[in-house]
Amino acid sequence: MDTLRVLVVDDETGMRLAVARVLSTYTVRPDESDEHAVGFAVETADTGESALEMMAGAAPDILLLDMKLPGISGLDVLREIRERRIDTLTVMITAYATLETAIEATKRGAHDFLPKPFTPEDLRVAIRRVVRHLAVQREAKRLAEEKRQVRFQFISVLGHELKAPLAAVEGYLQIMKDGSAGTDPAVVARIIDRALVRTEGMRKLIVDLLNMTRIESGQKRRDLVAADLREAAAAAIETVAPAAAARAVEIRLEAPERAPLVADRGELDIIFNNLVSNAVKYNRDHGRVTIAIDRADARWRVRVSDTGIGLAPEDARRLFQDFVRIKNEQTRTIPGTGLGLAIVKKLAHLYGGDATVESEPGAGSTFTVTLKG
Amino acid sequence: MTSQPTAPHILLVDDDEDFLFQHKIQLEHAGYRVTTAATREEAEATAAEVKPDLAILDLMMEQHDDGFVLSHHLKRLLPGLPVILVTAVTAETGLSFSPTTSAERAWVGADALLAKPIRFEQLTREVERLLKDRDKGQGASG
Repeated sequence: MDTLRVLVVDDETGMRLAVARVLSTYTVRPDESDEHAVGFAVETADTGESALEMMAGAAPDILLLDMKLPGISGLDVLREIRERRIDTLTVMITAYATLETAIEATKRGAHDFLPKPFTPEDLRVAIRRVVRHLAVQREAKRLAEEKRQVRFQFISVLGHELKAPLAAVEGYLQIMKDGSAGTDPAVVARIIDRALVRTEGMRKLIVDLLNMTRIESGQKRRDLVAADLREAAAAAIETVAPAAAARAVEIRLEAPERAPLVADRGELDIIFNNLVSNAVKYNRDHGRVTIAIDRADARWRVRVSDTGIGLAPEDARRLFQDFVRIKNEQTRTIPGTGLGLAIVKKLAHLYGGDATVESEPGAGSTFTVTLKG
Repeated sequence: MTSQPTAPHILLVDDDEDFLFQHKIQLEHAGYRVTTAATREEAEATAAEVKPDLAILDLMMEQHDDGFVLSHHLKRLLPGLPVILVTAVTAETGLSFSPTTSAERAWVGADALLAKPIRFEQLTREVERLLKDRDKGQGASG
């Protein structure tokens, strides 16, 4: 936005020249805190008809439009701009700025008014306002575009994440169909096991995806009741107990008798299940998981510590992003969707808190979730 | 399974457990001996031990260039070893890699490149071709 194009539409030659002269030496900083300044390139038209013709090519950033013109009026030009969806910000110049004309022009899409007669300073003030508005508008557009790109990226990664298990299961079915699997019961059993592991992974991904979509859209009907964090932790421990027992991982709960919080029980289950199952999955055999619940800064603080593989600092920073899974020799065979911690963080935000991790590679990690209430 | 002790020995390297298992089953069914490895280090140790007749490597393992590096190391370790590189667009990088010109292929250091998902007939055809070429090459020099 270095030079903005301004089209001045007025039937008075003197007026057109005056505006062009003032703006040709004028610069505006769209953002006060930014040194970056914007200048103006002025074009002129003496009728509404010729202005519309000029705008058919490339629309100016700003249109200074006189209300009273010899042919079609300024209001007619405004209507045309709207109908043709011409992307420009209009400032109406009017000698009789009555409330009615102002309302009419605003209805038709004018952004601002400049009453005649005006001083060079009046013009500069009006232009400065328009430029600031344009800057805000463009920033909003940029953010919306960025959001759209993030969405596309998410969908693209999701597509791959769904395709991978499907391809694996297809591969197994194909092997069984073409007979290359043979008849060894051990091989057949492993094929079936792997196909089930992959379909389960896919199902978990879809469940995570639905949870995440509901949280983000804000459309999930939240059932806020008098819940208890100790109960939620105990339920999660029960859920992961078989997996923990299989690897002789001990789980401890350190919490007050009651840890009340007005919350959606389903959301608390998602938080605890993710943290506790991660603490078991990424632990060592005969390791330990400690769930500590206490209060700090008017919030509940849930800390889930493990004695597992830990994380490098650069991995810890990325860990809560969508689909981020730390890929290394130790995590290679551990299943996961890559969405669990992203969901935990989003939920923590819903409760006015946050989710963070502290870790020491090789020694273990502590995940902390704070919940206001 | 159906493979004989004298059958050509294939080293199959990928960090995807299912890819390894499925292709091991199919290659063994086709009569080859197959040893699998899940990491570059494991593959290099295995190659030194079993001295395979051909290697099939995934391009992207833990490090995105593991397949390249492994290909170069294996060829230095076992001169004349035919290498098939299998490539995939990975979810994390969104990277697509498919060298098409002979110059690009030479740079990659592999004798054949296959894009995932690979069809098994396509893989066995490449394996057969490369083993035949290798035998011819050895016959001429020896």
